[in-house]
Amino acid sequence: MLGMAWAGSRDFVHLYLEPPGWEASPGQFVMLRPSAWGFDPLWPRPFSICEKTPEYLRLFIQVVGRGTSLLRSAAPDSEIVLWGPLGKGFRIPVQHPLLILAGGMGIAPFVGMCKTHPHPERINLLFGHRLGLEHYPLDELPGKIRKESMRQSTPEDLVDFSGVLQERIRDFAPRGEILACGPMPFLRVVQRHVLESNARAQLSVETRMACGVGACLGCVIKTRNGEMLQTCVHGPVFDARELVLQ
Amino acid sequence: MDTRVELGGLILKNPVMSASGTFGYGLEFSLYGDLQELGAIVVKGLSLKPRAGNPVPRIVETPCGMLNAIGLQNIGAERFLRDKLPLLPWDRTPVVVNLYAQSVQEFGQLAGLLGREPGVAALEVNISCPNVRHGGFQFGQDPAAAAAVTREVKKNSGSRPVIVKLSPNVTDVRTIAKAVQDAGADMLSLINTLGGMAVDVHSRKPRLAGITGGLSGPAIKPVALKMVYQVCRVVDIPVIGLGGICTVDDVLEFILVGAHAVQVGTANFMRPDLIFDLIRDLPEAMSRTGIVSLDEIRGALETSSDRMDPLEKMQNIR
Repeated sequence: MLGMAWAGSRDFVHLYLEPPGWEASPGQFVMLRPSAWGFDPLWPRPFSICEKTPEYLRLFIQVVGRGTSLLRSAAPDSEIVLWGPLGKGFRIPVQHPLLILAGGMGIAPFVGMCKTHPHPERINLLFGHRLGLEHYPLDELPGKIRKESMRQSTPEDLVDFSGVLQERIRDFAPRGEILACGPMPFLRVVQRHVLESNARAQLSVETRMACGVGACLGCVIKTRNGEMLQTCVHGPVFDARELVLQ
Repeated sequence: MDTRVELGGLILKNPVMSASGTFGYGLEFSLYGDLQELGAIVVKGLSLKPRAGNPVPRIVETPCGMLNAIGLQNIGAERFLRDKLPLLPWDRTPVVVNLYAQSVQEFGQLAGLLGREPGVAALEVNISCPNVRHGGFQFGQDPAAAAAVTREVKKNSGSRPVIVKLSPNVTDVRTIAKAVQDAGADMLSLINTLGGMAVDVHSRKPRLAGITGGLSGPAIKPVALKMVYQVCRVVDIPVIGLGGICTVDDVLEFILVGAHAVQVGTANFMRPDLIFDLIRDLPEAMSRTGIVSLDEIRGALETSSDRMDPLEKMQNIR
């Protein structure tokens, strides 16, 4: 580990790690397991790659449970075993306009991609969030990106957000590719509007995962033809038409 | 340093095998190590027809362990033989297939299909999966049913050795072990997962969609060690020990209580290269503890009665 920074509160952590020798595509993830964990917690933890530069690999993590809490309190120069890049990331057609739909921590896989995209002016971003914007790395994205953010604090806000999602998806559908990442209820709404508008969209899903290499069969997600596919190797990014989101 | 093990007619380079259900079809781990280095590759349980498995959540982390209720999701025996087996290094490392069926007759059919494949070195019969409604479990809990499955598989498996995998969820594992041995099993493997469950107090729901599941990982190692110890004292066929093995010392402990070989299961989820590291570290651990060959320490557990001097022993008898 190289270092750690907090954003907005102690529950939002940017973890900086020594850069690995590989290249990753946006949406791919890594598995982390601090050596100090011993047998408990047992599983490594999966995190999408937020940004990779020659200087560091950066992960954006919200503290939600035991593993993330222990990661937050890891010693600054402690050893963390990391492997990756894992899974299938987003296919980015650089010549086409992009509509990025991110919900909360779903912003993570888009940060590095937005900062290195050759045509940021072709990117539209709609960001939905529950907590204050100071928790999320939105400001650092290039100014040429058309950014829009909406905070949801009440049930009415959620209805409004769903309406805006529908509108943006419908208007954008004929123009390019939609990329979405966020919590399952958010992805369900996105998927519904995407299918209605016959848009081209890729969704990155989050599931409970043990091994990250396709062996444990814990992270499976149901497809429309009834298959149970491992998110870790067949995803986490899927074609929106492929999935049954429960 | 000799790490080789002779196991029911198979020669293993070392005693470390993968455990079924934790190592996929083997290929998932080929990025993290050389599969040829394993003592044997045991693949995910196969059924005659593909199975979709249980709904999610299927896994929960528990202290030093995990619960699973996967429900034997698998691609089916035929697809395994066609798409996966040819890609495994079966000509250099024994590939053991794990069988799951819902009736004695179906076990026989499956054994017939898998037992005539040149790439299949041995069959492991799963009579102990706690996560499927039919089959598996009921065979593993009843000595007569366990024996019937064993006989049927033996009848159909040709020259392939048959390993029967036992459940710990029984009153006395020795009864089943003996019944299975008498029915012709060439080897035993134990233990499968211990039945367990977890509850979320906030949602008031079980943490597994299947409500109950099987507990595995280092948390169950003491239970596994005891059962392997007990079974090794009452059967004459080789025993493969498994249950929470994560380190080289764990491997040596199971061999000390009488196991011929071991399987590494849930530890594969901690780090995909863990099993390869463990095999690499084994010779050094053996020399550190003064072990020349594994045959030398197999079952060589020194209990307190062995350690007493002859005079003390005599006094004890009185």
